[in-house]
Parts: sequence; C-alpha cells; structure tokens
Amino acid sequence: MIADYLILSIILFCIGILGVVSRRNVFTVFMSIELMLNAANLAFIAFSRLHESMDGHVLAMMVMAVAAAEAALALAVVILLHKHKSKLDTNMFSLLKG
Amino acid sequence: MEMEQTVTYLVLIPLMPLVGALVIGLLHMFTCTTRPLSERLYGILGVTGPVIATILAVKTFFELKGMPEEGRYFSQKVFTWFNVGELDVAMGFLADPLSVLMLLFVTFIGTLIHFYSIGYMAGDENFGKFFAYLNLFLGSMLILVLADGPVVMFVGWEGVGLCSYLLISFYSKERDNVLAGNKAFIVNRIGDLGFILGMSLLFWAIGSGGFDYLSLRENASALAPGMGLAICLLLFVGATGKSAQIPLYVWLPDAMAGPTPVSALIHAATMVTAGVYMVARFSFLYVQAPLAGAVVAWVGILTALLAAIFGMFQKDIKKVLAYSTVSQLGYMFAGVGVAAYSAGIFHVFTHAFFKALLFLGAGSVICALHHQQDIWKMGGLKAKMPTTYWTMLIGCLALAGCPLLSGFFSKDEILYMALANGYPGVWLVGVLVAAMTAYYTFRMFFLVFHGSARDEEAYAHAKESPKVMTVPLVILAIGAVFAGYLNLPAIFGGHQQVTHWLAGSLVEHHPHASLGLELLAIAASIAAFAIGAFIAYRKFGQGAEEPEFQGFAKFAYNLFYVDQFYHAVIVRPYKAFGAAIQRTLEPYVTDGHVKLSSLLYQLIGQAFKVFQVGYVRIYAIYMVIGLSLMSLFLSQTLN
Repeated sequence: MIADYLILSIILFCIGILGVVSRRNVFTVFMSIELMLNAANLAFIAFSRLHESMDGHVLAMMVMAVAAAEAALALAVVILLHKHKSKLDTNMFSLLKG
Repeated sequence: MEMEQTVTYLVLIPLMPLVGALVIGLLHMFTCTTRPLSERLYGILGVTGPVIATILAVKTFFELKGMPEEGRYFSQKVFTWFNVGELDVAMGFLADPLSVLMLLFVTFIGTLIHFYSIGYMAGDENFGKFFAYLNLFLGSMLILVLADGPVVMFVGWEGVGLCSYLLISFYSKERDNVLAGNKAFIVNRIGDLGFILGMSLLFWAIGSGGFDYLSLRENASALAPGMGLAICLLLFVGATGKSAQIPLYVWLPDAMAGPTPVSALIHAATMVTAGVYMVARFSFLYVQAPLAGAVVAWVGILTALLAAIFGMFQKDIKKVLAYSTVSQLGYMFAGVGVAAYSAGIFHVFTHAFFKALLFLGAGSVICALHHQQDIWKMGGLKAKMPTTYWTMLIGCLALAGCPLLSGFFSKDEILYMALANGYPGVWLVGVLVAAMTAYYTFRMFFLVFHGSARDEEAYAHAKESPKVMTVPLVILAIGAVFAGYLNLPAIFGGHQQVTHWLAGSLVEHHPHASLGLELLAIAASIAAFAIGAFIAYRKFGQGAEEPEFQGFAKFAYNLFYVDQFYHAVIVRPYKAFGAAIQRTLEPYVTDGHVKLSSLLYQLIGQAFKVFQVGYVRIYAIYMVIGLSLMSLFLSQTLN
C-alpha cells in the first residue's frame, strides 16, 4: 500500500529533476522545483499515515509555507532577470563561468 | 613582607598630564582644520594637568616625610597588567624618597616650562598639538619615575623616547628637523635594546621572587657576580642612550631642532635624567659590581670631557647648552659610577633648575632676536633684556660651579666622592672639565650679553620677553641659587639633608670623612671655576670678533667628525647590508615563498575551473549527483 504512494512520489521527483536539468525556460525550471517539493510532501504524508503520527503532516505544512515564500521571492527574481536581458532563457545567465 | 602602605592618589600624578594630553590632542585633531580653538583654552588645559600633578607630588612628599625613617615608602597597585608564568606584572606605582625627590622637581620644573611655552609658542599654528605632546611627555616621565618595577619603568622609558621624537621634529616642514627626530629615536632604540636585555637577564636571574624593586632588592644578594656585572653593564647601555653618554650622545645636540621649551624639558626635567635615575634606582645591583661602577664613572667623566671640548667651540647658543648638558650628565654618571648615588641624584636635581633656566633664558633671547641662534650675531643684549640678563647670569654661574650657588655644591660633592672612593683619575678629569665648563659658559654669556651689538638690525628690534616667560625665569633663578643649600655638607655647616633623605632608597656606603681631601676638592673646584671664567672674560668680556677656526678648533667645531665616523662605519655598511639583502635574499627567498604559494593556489584553481560552467542546469545536476551519492553512502552504512 505504502509502496504505491512512494513510487508515485519518486516518479514525480524524477520528473521534477528532469525538468530542472533539461528545460531552459526559467518558469518551467521553477515549476519543476515546485513539483519536487510536492513529491517530497507526498512521501511525508504517506509515512505519516503509516506510522500514525502527525509529524509528517507538520513537515508537509512547513514545506508548503516555505514553497509559498520561495515563490514570492523567485517571481521577483524572474522579473529582474527579464528586465536585465529581456529573455528568460537560463543559458543566457552564465556569469559565474570559470 | 610587612604590611604595605597603600594610597589611591599616586596613580593620578602621571594620569593627570596624560588625560590632559588626550583631551587637548582630541580637541586639536577635530578642530584644527575647521575652526581652530583659542590659544587661551589650550594654555589653560595644558597647564591644568601639570599643576594638579605638582600639588599631588607635594602632598606625597609630606606624607612620606611624616612616616618613620625605616620603611618610608608607599605603593599603589592599580591593576594586574599581565601574568605569564613566573612573571606577574602589576601596573603599580611606588613612592619612596628617591622617586619623590625626582617627582618634586620633574613636576615643578615641568609645570614652569608649560607656563613658559604659552608665551614662547604664541601664534604657532600647531599650538594645541604642542601642548598635547608636552603633557604626554611629562606624563611618560612621571610613569618612569613612579614605576614600582622595571617593566612599568620601561613603559615610561619608551614613552619619553616617543615624545622626544614627536617634539624634536615638531617643526616638521623642514627636513633637518625630521632627520634630527629620527636620529634621536633610532639612537635611543639602540640603548633600549640594552635595557631590555638587562631587564630580561635580571628577571631570568632573580625575577622569580617578584619583579618589582622592593623584591629585587631583597633578592639581589642571590645574584652571581658575573651575572650582576652583565646586568649592570647592559642596563648602562640603556642609560647611555637615554642620557646621551659615549657612544650614544650624538642625538642630544641634534635635538636642538625642536622648540626651545622642549629642549628645556628634555635637558632639565625629563628624558636625559632617566638614565641617571635608573642607575641610582638599581644601586643595589651596582654596589655588588664595582667594575660596572668603574665603567660607568669613566664613561661618564670622558663624556663630560668630550662634550666640554665640543662646547668650547660651538656658535649656536643652543648647541653650547646642549653640550653643557651632555657634559653635566657625564658628571652625574661619574657620581653614580663611584657609588655616590645621592651625589649623582643631587646633581640631577640642581642641574634641572639651572639648565631649565639657561634654556628658557636662551629661548627668551632667541625669541627677542627673531630666531637668531648664532652667538656671533648677538651681543650687548644686557641693556635690552635686564630680567633675562640677570637670570641668565645666575644660571651661568650655577652651571660654571661658582661657589655658593647650587651647581657648585652638587658638582663638588661628586668630585669629592670620586676622590674619597678611590677614583683620583676621575677627579682629575672632573676638575679639568669644571674649568672648561666655566670657560664655555661665560664665553657664551659674554658674547650674548656684553660687548657691542654685532647685528644692528636685530638688536634694534630686540625687547624683553612677556611676563609669562620672565616669571618662570625668576622662579628658576631662585631655585638655581638655593637648591644647593638643601644638601650642604658638614664642612659648610650643613647636614646633607638630601643624602639622608635618599638613604631610604639607595644602597650607599659613606666613606670616612677626611677634612684634607674635602678641602683639596673644594679648593680645586674653586680654582677651576676662577681660571675658566677668567680666561673667558679676558677673551670675550670686552667683545670679540668671530675667529676663523683652524686646526684643533676646527676639528672640535666639527665634533671630531664623530657623526661622519658613525655614518661611515655603522650607517653606511648597515644600509649596504640592507640593500644587498634586498637584492639577493628578498626576491628569491622571502618573496619567492609568497609567489610560490600563490602559484600553487592558482594551479589548484585551474584544475577545478572546468567544473564551473556557468549554467544553472549543470549545477543542479551536480547537486543531484551529490545527493544521490550521499543517500547511497548513508543507506550502505545504516544497513
């Protein structure tokens, strides 16, 4: 029973990683990150039900709160990036290249 | 140890001028460029600290006087400064007969010089800075004098060194003044090295029982003779630096570059007396090492001779006085060298009065002639500056050792003690120097005040100095006359109060009084004064023309080319050595190490550079890989 939930969680997480790694649009990358967070949340809830403890719920709530805050920040960053280069291609931003 | 008498105000004596220095310094720093404050304010602030210190010094003296003769001291430990292994150093102050005697005249004369400076420095753009330095100087000297151990003494010792540097190069727009300041500082550093070594050796030998004077004095008998000799000689190296003795006297005449009140302060109340004070302070070591005493005495008297020779041919009024100081310091060292510590300290005491008087008088003359310092361009000033004339006359008589004035009694005491303690050679040279002293003192005096004016224009503008300058002169003149009567020997019907007073601090053996020797010493001193003064009168009393220096005179006027000799033998090879090091060792060894290490880090950076591609996606992949590996590792270990 628990395995089903975890497999779904892993699938979601991997989709998120693939999104972050392969897509170049900043919004898509950002959405992929959210997907990974929610995959983690799913695993938390599943384990919480398994152990009949509320700890996992608490953590899931916290992840959601953090995700909301992060969204606010990240969108501001996205706006700044757009102002800077008029494009939202991540490959355009490579100033840290060694 | 018996119960210690403790007071709380001792620390205030050095603290007051130091606080004054801080306040004035900060005020000057923040206002000098925008809105300069009035000289009146700086003057009041400047004299406040010294005046309070003087009052407290007098209070200390009377409290000490009220105590029984045995154990006549009190001390104050303000805080523990540092504590390393066996070395436990407190910021402590000690008032005993020796330090209080020094304290009295240092604060008194220092205060007078502060007052005088208000007049002398009037109109100077750095008026505030000058008083800040002056206060700092006095505060440092008071730390030196009141210190309860060698370490705290060293704080003051370095403090006066620093302040002398600051004040000698006070007119820092001229290169020569800055060089003179540098010279004073560097030469003093050489002496300081000796002091540090002596102090370290002293600690190593007997420091485990406490490193303050009282403990050291108790433990001094445990010292091995060779060790005692080494310590005494090293400490004396420090004294030669600070007190301008052979071979380190060269900085003092150059120190004339500073404003005249500074010269007075350096020569009379502070700085140069530090070396003599230090030797007297360590009298318990020097009595155990008679050989060191002999070295001190001979170095002292030879310095006196050398400086007297130089003094006879100088034409700068301040240079004449500078060499007279070196010469008198030589007498003081001769005194402490022949184990007549109280006589040496007494000469410090009387010398402080008449030398401060002479310098301030010279300053008055220089001021009146618009910074003319060449005695061959002066003359006939007697009519124009009566107060300066009469006070200078007293100062000159005291310096030359005229009977019944202070300089006579103290110098005679040293010479008599040299004779009585078995140093007839020192005595003989001392008498010769006394005659030379009388000669060069009155040569200067007659050239400045008698005869006819050599520079008509400057003479026409000359006038007596303001009250704030002449009143200190009069006070010092009174001191220069009567200071000698404090230690009148029995032969003149006195009781040697100063010697008895100092007995509480000094370890000193008094020789059996010998009337014959005493009379011989007195007669020789009087004869020396009379001959020297008479020759000076014959040659310069009626006015004289500036001679062309030939032969020996030229050699002496050029100071035996000692400066050039030092320059050729020490400074140049040292600089060449430094340059050679800079050319060979520095680029390859010192810099090489630095360059090599920077190269190493560059290589490491190059190696890791390939990973920094700049794309966020790639960094995300790194993170995923890293996290996967960590998870793998954790799952492996947890199973």
